[in-house]
Amino acid sequence: MNTGIPLSYFLILAAIMFFIGIYGFLTRKNLITILMSVELILNSVNINFVAFNRYLYPHKLEGFFFTLFIIAVAASEAAVAIAIIINIYRRFTTINVEDVDVMKY
Amino acid sequence: MVNFTYTVWILIIPFLMFILLGLAGHKLKPKLSGLLGTSGLAVITALSYITAYLYFFQAEKIGETFQKIIAYNATWLQLTDNLHIDIGVLIDPISVMMLIVITTVSFMVHIYSLGYMKGEKGFERYYAFLSLFSFSMLGLVLSTNIFEMYIFWELVGISSYLLIGFYYQKPSAVRASKKAFIVTRFADLGFLIGILILSFNTKTFDFITLTDPSGPAITMGSGISFLGLSVMTWSMIFVYMGGVGKSAMFPFHIWLPDAMEGPTPVSALIHAATMVVAGVYLVARMFPIYVLSAPVALNVVAYVGAFSSLFAAVIACTQTDIKRVLAYSTISQIGYMMLALGVSGYGGHEGLGYMASMFHLFTHAMFKALLFLGAGAIIHAVHSNYMNDMGGLRKYLPITHITFLIACLTIAGIPPFSGFFSKDEILAAAFSHNKLLFAVEYAVAGITAFYMFRLYFNIFWGEDTRYHHKPHEAPATMTIPLIVLAIGAAVSGFIPFSRLVTSDSKVFESEIEWGIALPSVLIGLLGIGIAYILYFKKSSLPDKLAATFKYTYKWAYNKFYIDEFWLFITKKVIFRYISEPVAWFDRHIVDGTMNAIATVTQVVSFRIRGFQSGQLQKYAYIFISGAILLAVIFIYLWH
Repeated sequence: MNTGIPLSYFLILAAIMFFIGIYGFLTRKNLITILMSVELILNSVNINFVAFNRYLYPHKLEGFFFTLFIIAVAASEAAVAIAIIINIYRRFTTINVEDVDVMKY
Repeated sequence: MVNFTYTVWILIIPFLMFILLGLAGHKLKPKLSGLLGTSGLAVITALSYITAYLYFFQAEKIGETFQKIIAYNATWLQLTDNLHIDIGVLIDPISVMMLIVITTVSFMVHIYSLGYMKGEKGFERYYAFLSLFSFSMLGLVLSTNIFEMYIFWELVGISSYLLIGFYYQKPSAVRASKKAFIVTRFADLGFLIGILILSFNTKTFDFITLTDPSGPAITMGSGISFLGLSVMTWSMIFVYMGGVGKSAMFPFHIWLPDAMEGPTPVSALIHAATMVVAGVYLVARMFPIYVLSAPVALNVVAYVGAFSSLFAAVIACTQTDIKRVLAYSTISQIGYMMLALGVSGYGGHEGLGYMASMFHLFTHAMFKALLFLGAGAIIHAVHSNYMNDMGGLRKYLPITHITFLIACLTIAGIPPFSGFFSKDEILAAAFSHNKLLFAVEYAVAGITAFYMFRLYFNIFWGEDTRYHHKPHEAPATMTIPLIVLAIGAAVSGFIPFSRLVTSDSKVFESEIEWGIALPSVLIGLLGIGIAYILYFKKSSLPDKLAATFKYTYKWAYNKFYIDEFWLFITKKVIFRYISEPVAWFDRHIVDGTMNAIATVTQVVSFRIRGFQSGQLQKYAYIFISGAILLAVIFIYLWH
């Protein structure tokens, strides 16, 4: 059962990835980079799911299924997001997030 | 047993005609839509006469008593298990009599209007409204319960509003229609309150249950009293208030003279023969309750009727607009009917007043419709409403002249015309019951004869006024109704009403009481004589008389300032002391609160709208800070 690597290592890795994602999301100005940060956040969650499933409920599969599900959702989300970004580029000739601010008061 | 279910069609046909002419009328040729409306009415007139024949002569009577027949009934609103509002058709002597009155007059008016309204803009609209009016009036008289009656009662109000305001581009017509609607509507408030009190105490709306003299409804509620009068009396007084409004009795009579702004055939139909008698019909319908349970209310009916008849007769003597004279004479004659109901007892010969009232209603419908249609023909020829513009018209309008003369003789109560018989019955009933009211009505009979012949002599005799163009007799569509109605007015006095329409539906014998009839004929002749002296030849006598009784004349000419009185009440009292404070409250308190809320919202939103900057990452900052904050709260502070 125990493979040598403790559960907490996975959790620390996931937490680091998560906050790197948050940081990127808040500081990058390029929409593509922001999208990549979102993917990082999603993947950190995936690691959590897999790790918890493996360590806490080794005879069940829900965590793995969830992970697969999230990957599928993330793929479609990336497709939609990139489509939106392309449209934004056509409209504004920029993908700098600070310049795309017409949806305001 | 005769089956009366077909009488439903008497209501359905005019309603369908209204829908058809109202929706598709402008696509039809005006003449066609007029003919359609008229033929629809011809059908229901025929149906009504058949109904009358079957009801009075074929249907079974139980021991000389006419039965009340429910020809059709459907539950419309089930309020509780026992209390429900129905829509149905009730056939009994007075409703059948009213069917005859309404359809006859309405049919004549339809034919007459083909000529009178020819070429008017909105011809098909006019016929649609006429059909609506016929529908609502017929529905009113055929109602099986007081609530159904109230619905049709309001419909009648609406159609009269539409017809008075037919010339909607004329400001005076618009004013008149509004006035008629508001005044009657105000009175109907009383009617509604009366209905509610009545049905609350008797637990029923149904006329048959309500007016059954041996039934429980009569005695119910008589134990409860308020301000010294029983609750039934109060409800009947309130119900009567609705009747006062519709029948233009004092003090709600002010709308009727103004209603003359409508087309003249409409005046004949609504404001003379049918709608204004709705109040009389209402009292007649509820009569057993009035007599057996609320005699005080019945006295109110009698005195209001007597006062209105005297009051209106005096005003009629001074007016110069011929339609207004006729309008006041209508008020006066309806006062007669109310008085007759008020002095009547219940059952057998005691119910003479009731029978007389219905009789007078019938004859009045004939001769007053005739007078109005005649006036319409005169106005059609002279293009003026004022007596001063007329004179010597007998040469130009021979048919109108003869029929108008017959109508005047009828209303003056000269035998053998019908007014003589019905008026005699009323006077007889008043004489045996209340001498004071008898004296008043006796005087009114004289005044009536006087002002009618003042009208007659001024229009048809006197000097030949110079007309712009030669007046010509009206077309056949207008003269035929005049002739038919003249025959009706002349001979309908011979109908044995006491064998047909009585207070308890039982037949009794009545005969002319010459002791009362002769003096009433004499005072009628006296009135005609005075009118002859004053107005047959142009003389300065009338002006001298007016100068002698300067103040009285001026009062009467200005209709005793009742309109001004109401204006004072509404403007100076209601508007100033009720409406203005209410308006202030509405504008400052209600609106003020709303405005304050709006202002606060606006100010706050101006302040905080900077949050919505469109900067995606600012939102993310706030969102994540919030999430972290919540996490901190849940993990460390929440136990």
